[in-house]
Amino acid sequence: MSLQLNRRNFLRTTAAAAGGLLVGFRLEADTPATDSKLNAFVHVGTDDHVTLFIHKAEMGQGTVTSLSMLLAEELECDWKKIRTEFPGVSREYGPNQGVVGSQSIRSSWVSLRQAGANAREMLVQAAAQRWGVDKAGCRAENNAVINTATNAKLSYGSLADAASKLPVPAGVALKDPAQFRIIGKPRKRLDTPSKVDGSASFGIDVRLPNMQYAVVARCPVFGGKVAGFDSAKAKAVPGVKSVVQISTGVAVVADNTWSAMQGRRVLEIQWDEGKTAAYSTPGIMQSFADITKQPGQTQRQVGDAPAALASAAKKIEAVYEVPYLAHAPMEPLNCVADVRSDRCQVWASTQGQTAARNEAVKITGLKPDDVQVYTKYMGGGFGRRARADYIGEAVEVSKALGIPVKLTWSREDDLQQDWYRPASLTRFAAGLDADGWPVAFASQTACTYFGGPRTAVEGIADTPYAIPHILVGSHNVDPGIPVSYWRSVGYSQNTFFHESFLDEIAAAGGKDPLELRRRLLANSPRLKAALELAADKFGWGKALPAGHGAGISVANNIGSNTVQIAEASLEKGKVKVHRVVCAVDCGHVVNPSGVEQQIQSGIVFGLSAALKGGITIDRGRVEQTNFHQYDVLRIDEMPKVEVYLVPSTAAPGGIGEASPPGIAPAVCNALFAATGKRIRRLPIRPEDLA
Amino acid sequence: MPAVKFTLNGKSQTVDAVPAMPLLWVLRDTLGLTGTKFGCGMALCGACTVHVDGRPTRSCTLPVSSVAGRSVTTIEGLSPDRSTAVQLAWIEEDVPQCGYCQSGQIMTAAALLSKTKNPTDADIDEALRGNICRCGTYDGIRKAVHRAAAMMREGGAK
Repeated sequence: MSLQLNRRNFLRTTAAAAGGLLVGFRLEADTPATDSKLNAFVHVGTDDHVTLFIHKAEMGQGTVTSLSMLLAEELECDWKKIRTEFPGVSREYGPNQGVVGSQSIRSSWVSLRQAGANAREMLVQAAAQRWGVDKAGCRAENNAVINTATNAKLSYGSLADAASKLPVPAGVALKDPAQFRIIGKPRKRLDTPSKVDGSASFGIDVRLPNMQYAVVARCPVFGGKVAGFDSAKAKAVPGVKSVVQISTGVAVVADNTWSAMQGRRVLEIQWDEGKTAAYSTPGIMQSFADITKQPGQTQRQVGDAPAALASAAKKIEAVYEVPYLAHAPMEPLNCVADVRSDRCQVWASTQGQTAARNEAVKITGLKPDDVQVYTKYMGGGFGRRARADYIGEAVEVSKALGIPVKLTWSREDDLQQDWYRPASLTRFAAGLDADGWPVAFASQTACTYFGGPRTAVEGIADTPYAIPHILVGSHNVDPGIPVSYWRSVGYSQNTFFHESFLDEIAAAGGKDPLELRRRLLANSPRLKAALELAADKFGWGKALPAGHGAGISVANNIGSNTVQIAEASLEKGKVKVHRVVCAVDCGHVVNPSGVEQQIQSGIVFGLSAALKGGITIDRGRVEQTNFHQYDVLRIDEMPKVEVYLVPSTAAPGGIGEASPPGIAPAVCNALFAATGKRIRRLPIRPEDLA
Repeated sequence: MPAVKFTLNGKSQTVDAVPAMPLLWVLRDTLGLTGTKFGCGMALCGACTVHVDGRPTRSCTLPVSSVAGRSVTTIEGLSPDRSTAVQLAWIEEDVPQCGYCQSGQIMTAAALLSKTKNPTDADIDEALRGNICRCGTYDGIRKAVHRAAAMMREGGAK
């Protein structure tokens, strides 16, 4: 069998290979149909199949399906004849290929419809040339071009080769959205069948000939370094082949993952722990509390909040805080790398294909074109897989040993060596006028910045509420705990802070929480409409069972607007969330069932954090090791979630990160309504409700 | 290394492995059956669930030596063509998002339905509360289990 597979066959084989087969070493029994490239996104096969290249990546958010819908809408292809593939990293797909910030639909909304339209136009032109007629006398429909005068029909497959030789057309008009047949209609996911029989291939499932398996021992204290190590005991473990130092620690390499883990357990390493060993959670949070008593860097200023606070009829203050959070995707981090002298291949479940390539280029010194990154299904990402650290580790080990390597993180590695959602603390003050309406709003936040100060205060500084005097400030405090993007980023904590404190303002002024928001959102029509829809569907104001309360939250992030109303109670000291109504205005909806899935998903993600999540630091080390200490929401805790869409023809917003921010404040505000206890720190603790 | 002999997806299987090596890693790394997933290594998340003599079992903490002479079924062995009621119902309800936990969810659900023909929500919660889904597909899972139960009762699928 030839080992020189071309990339197209290789990818097809990868996609088709079920678990037990070595990737790249299974050829199709029949000769695959020839595919003609119409553009970077659309290939059409002589067998009439249409292959759509999904340049983004799939981590559960439904990108494969929704991007296919954008292409298919204009391509006029038969949905049943679609195949999808993840192409390798390529500049054809932009300078920073990846999936972050709920951008996939927003960044592809025009470009992929145009790619579909251009490909269709080429097929129509090819048919017109074949018939010797003007293309105006032809139309595309259901994977074929029809001669409108004669009703003759040519399949896409029969036109593909000729179409691929035509120049790329310019100025092809896109459909009027009123004509959409696919966009806006619920569509089942294309990836579902492969995800019910074990055949979907995740990064961790990649197998190469002569591959060995690696795990890495890393310093338990962030920023620490290897001072020395003795590999004798590790090498004595059956199956262990090598022990090699890399930049992040010491790798143990074996003929299976478990043996590598066994070797790591007995590996003797001396660490130089560094300065972060001086930091623990209580001290970190105290430093945040202390510094926020002083004004920090000003992030937003409207009017004169200090003066308005000083002259307000009533003043309230509150301090809110949240802990570090791990991402904990179900698929532990992993990467397969095969580094040779002249090239490097990487197979990875990654949110950042370009970042992965850049990491490999940095380590190998190869040219970018000599590094290939193959995108695999991700078993969750949530922002963690935007980092390329775990890819670099696999490349380093493969380079050092000269063999293909699969490097896997254990769950303990995942929880203890993450780039965390930052712990954060915000000190609020508000001034109310004599009628109980807010006139001044001020906040000071302390956390560790990443990518600038914006993420520290997003969700507060961009408050949609019309309050005449606003001052938002922040402090960057860095004890050396790595922090980064976590599903919904700064909004994940700041919407909890802000929407809870707004509820406190309502209570202090004797206002209904819905009434206050209505008034303050008078100039934000989209949020106001979502608010009214949620209130109507929930039945705000209706009598609830004894002991139950209802709470509202409003969020405007990733270009979308969400309003959540939760019904919650305390049952035997445990928080029970009964029902969540979520109204969403995310602009023009591509796949309504995908939107509903993502809203549910984000609510579960946010509820896990609100009810259970917390990473704590003891002398620079993470205390939690596995799911028994970092639990997440389980099926028996799943509330009834109802999703309602506000019809919109506005440009699409994002959806993957729309709902995590609002669930914690909606639940905590509901608990206040039910119990009179205000929750000002997460996760919710029984003692805070006692 | 001693040989361990067991039945895997209906066929006789012999592997040479360290006796303490968990079945999960034998399946994934030695035998190349990658449908069974690694999630936690401590029987806390359910991603590695397989059937041992028909019972749902966490393969990440189960020494391979303990399946000697027993029958192991993985997601690949559930059916050759996704034709079990659970798989059909999972497709119909479009349950998976990232999909990584779904092999374990499906194996657990299949074992539940082999004993409990008409499960209540409480039965489903009890059987599946050990299976974590970070994407939050729990509502879909519940609906799919009910649908699969109905299909089996109506005799449409096994």
